[in-house]
Amino acid sequence: MVDPLTCMFAGSSFNSSVGELMESAEARMTPTPSAIEATRLHVSRSRTKILRGLDFTVDAGRITGLLGPSGSGKTTLMRAIVGVQRITRGTVTVLGRPAGSAPLRHDVGYVTQGASVYADLSVEANVRYFGAMHGATAADAAEAISAVGLEKFARQKAADLSGGQFSRVSLACALVAHPQLLILDEPTVGLDPVLRAELWERFAAMAAGGTTLLVSSHVMEEASHCSSLLLLRDGLLLAQLTPAELAERGGSDDLERAFLTIIKAAEQVIKSTRGQEESQVTP
Amino acid sequence: MTIATTARVLGQLRHDHRSVALILVVPALLLTAVYFLYENETSPPGFPRTFDRVGLMMLAIFPFVVMFLVTSITMLRERTSGTLERLLTTPIHKADLLFGYALAFSIMAALQSLVATAVAYWIFDLDIKGSPGFVVMIAVINAVLGVALGLFCSAFARTEFQAVQFMPVVVVPQILLCGLFVARDDMNEVLEAISGVLPLTFSVEALKEIAGNVDATSAMWQDALIMGGIVVGVLVLASLTLRRQTR
Repeated sequence: MVDPLTCMFAGSSFNSSVGELMESAEARMTPTPSAIEATRLHVSRSRTKILRGLDFTVDAGRITGLLGPSGSGKTTLMRAIVGVQRITRGTVTVLGRPAGSAPLRHDVGYVTQGASVYADLSVEANVRYFGAMHGATAADAAEAISAVGLEKFARQKAADLSGGQFSRVSLACALVAHPQLLILDEPTVGLDPVLRAELWERFAAMAAGGTTLLVSSHVMEEASHCSSLLLLRDGLLLAQLTPAELAERGGSDDLERAFLTIIKAAEQVIKSTRGQEESQVTP
Repeated sequence: MTIATTARVLGQLRHDHRSVALILVVPALLLTAVYFLYENETSPPGFPRTFDRVGLMMLAIFPFVVMFLVTSITMLRERTSGTLERLLTTPIHKADLLFGYALAFSIMAALQSLVATAVAYWIFDLDIKGSPGFVVMIAVINAVLGVALGLFCSAFARTEFQAVQFMPVVVVPQILLCGLFVARDDMNEVLEAISGVLPLTFSVEALKEIAGNVDATSAMWQDALIMGGIVVGVLVLASLTLRRQTR
């Protein structure tokens, strides 16, 4: 169900990301340009080590899944990429700049786990307000609202919507800015299967148009929608692989089971030898 | 983005009819109560009625108190709901946010003091020499002071319950010491000194100037200017509490 609006969406973010692709390709002389690069990323909050040395890259124009049990550091990692979480050590480079630098505020969209919108405003007023921060027009707002399927509810107060609709308002507030990089923290929680499928189609269309998406989830079955997966556990990156590789390495087509197998294997590796390919722990 | 923020804050208020009614009507009702409180008072000829003194000061104190409460709660909601953090990931400038708030609530404060001043003037024959326009001006400056302090204090509250508790700390001392209950000259030295640095004192002084003189005096402008300086200072402090990054 690719409607004209999706195409408009995809088209508009395409031009800018082509430039971005060429720029970073030139700069780094590598065939696959990356939207996010983290090296030895450490984050501690009040003496608790939440992220303990992550190294990874996220390809531009792809959907990358960030998977791991709750408490594994997914949200903290996303916040570090957006730039709202102070980094203790290491670096995160986003679209060629240090995470959180001012020019990125136009290009990075962040949808938090709990919907951060004004419950006492209408859907339309919410999207228009966040759009105004990026110079978006009323038409942009209408487009973003229909992109999340809330046209019928545009004039309703956000507080009067159902939980799933409410979280889609939050998504629309990010889409209205046409970000090059979209960070989504558990966007499909509490959505019914039909809506979840629709959203994943939407994400795929955006990625096809050049937008980079980083989507966290603790539901392993959603991993199959991503072209690359970051498996996080206790602040360590267990592996970065494709869903197919996950199934192969975990010895199961059931990605949840495959993930559990990898966790168990990784824990033994970490305990004994340290430094196998699964554990990307840097000393 | 300042205007968008102002429109958004007013939009939020507009959906909340009860709050709008409370903001606009309650000061006028309280003023009515103050009037009838002193109804049977007989003042010696030549002396102004107590209502002319107390009622006038009330016109400046109401917007301060109301806007402090409204702003600290609204801003706290913004902090706890995650919308503030989200806003700070967008290109919005902190000044856009703060001035957007200040402008929105000044508009509300202007409406509020228009209603209250009109009631005082036309219904209760408030007797002052100066122009009621200046009374409204001082009331609006006071309201912005309330907004600025509310924005600042909301950073130190985690819940709405705590935010309300800041009222006895921040607002009540200013009301006690501003010269409403006891003239500043009659206070002991310590209290007078404290009173001399509290912002509300300056607006009460300015109102006295308006009450006593037909034309605007330089003393009134000076008080208004000091108030303005304090407001800007508190807004700068408030902007320091808006952090784009958490540790």
